[in-house]
Amino acid sequence: MESTLTQNNSAPLRQLFLSFFKIGAFTFGGGWAMISIIEREIVDKHHWIEREEFLDLLALAQSLPGILAVNIAVAVGDKLRGGKGSLMAALGTILPSFLIILAIAIFLTPEVIKGNRVVSAIFMGIRPAVVALIIAPVISSAKAAKLTLKTLWIPMLVALMVSINIGFISSPILYILLGGLGGWLYFKWSASRLHRKGGDR
Amino acid sequence: MIYLRLIWAYLKIGIFGFGGGYAMLSLVEHSVVDPGWISETTFTDIVAISQMTPGPIGINSATYIGFVAPGQVSPELFSGPLWGLLGSILCTLAVVVPSYLLVLYSAHFIRRHRESGVIKAIFAGLRPVVVGLIASAAILLMNTANFNPNAITWQLWTNIGICAAAFLLVYFAIPLPGGRKIKLHPILVIIMAGLAGLLIYGF
Repeated sequence: MESTLTQNNSAPLRQLFLSFFKIGAFTFGGGWAMISIIEREIVDKHHWIEREEFLDLLALAQSLPGILAVNIAVAVGDKLRGGKGSLMAALGTILPSFLIILAIAIFLTPEVIKGNRVVSAIFMGIRPAVVALIIAPVISSAKAAKLTLKTLWIPMLVALMVSINIGFISSPILYILLGGLGGWLYFKWSASRLHRKGGDR
Repeated sequence: MIYLRLIWAYLKIGIFGFGGGYAMLSLVEHSVVDPGWISETTFTDIVAISQMTPGPIGINSATYIGFVAPGQVSPELFSGPLWGLLGSILCTLAVVVPSYLLVLYSAHFIRRHRESGVIKAIFAGLRPVVVGLIASAAILLMNTANFNPNAITWQLWTNIGICAAAFLLVYFAIPLPGGRKIKLHPILVIIMAGLAGLLIYGF
């Protein structure tokens, strides 16, 4: 908690770029699928960030508009090495897909890839695995968030409401706002209760 | 001037595209198909390619449309790969720069006020929500396109098996004979899943 969003200077810029290049090159299926790979690289392997802090950076990245994968990279890079770090992480995330799409646009027509049996077969296998890569961080982040029986309903309700996918009430932003508001109100409420009790707790 | 219009379109996508990935797709579609820069079919192709190439779909579409649109809109002026490359770079930067600055600015703001109880309380409230959002992303991807695109029962069960195996390999450490345990890297698991797909569906 104390170190939430403070800066940490132990990550070399080159290593940061390489880690995010790897992350960008193997992220299929959007920003959420990155989480497993980022967690492994940033939290488990290099120990640059605690899992709980990573969750706070995810909250920040998700609260803002734009491409989730890039937002996560910028937040993590900035946290580790400030402005330069955010630039390296963002470039690393963007470059693989930029180069691959550019190569396809220059040398191939979309039909070559779409109709290719080998490529489709490979992706038939990758797609269900990507789902598994998103299920794994649900559990590890639930642990990092220190959920208890009293707070477990929050992620369950959010997951239900967002995944039924009906208009405004399924918008992730709505639940980000409610979560932040809830945290703030709880803070106000416990502060005033503390005040009334004369600070004996 | 097509380049300015492309930049403007992708700036808007970068500023108003919430929720990431496929949530942004309809916004991208309106911004690039409605002005006639690319056809509906090409857009569907780009989505299909994005699913088969790594990287965020927002970047993929910016790079691809930036490359093809100038040549399609004014072929007499901007045909040739260098004009395409310029369009790719401009669109990709335009879609990234607004949120880059927003994230950077917000992170600095939060860092300056990190000792404030309010900021800590807000993040404490956000954490359970983020867990729920990750879960919803997983649930939304458990669809027929990912598990049973050809509507064949044995393929559905095979894909559920691949998903379960991938989860076990990513989440649990594998005990080795020497008493050591290793956790497989998620990238390795993706490669293994791709190989499994090739062996099962490729022949």
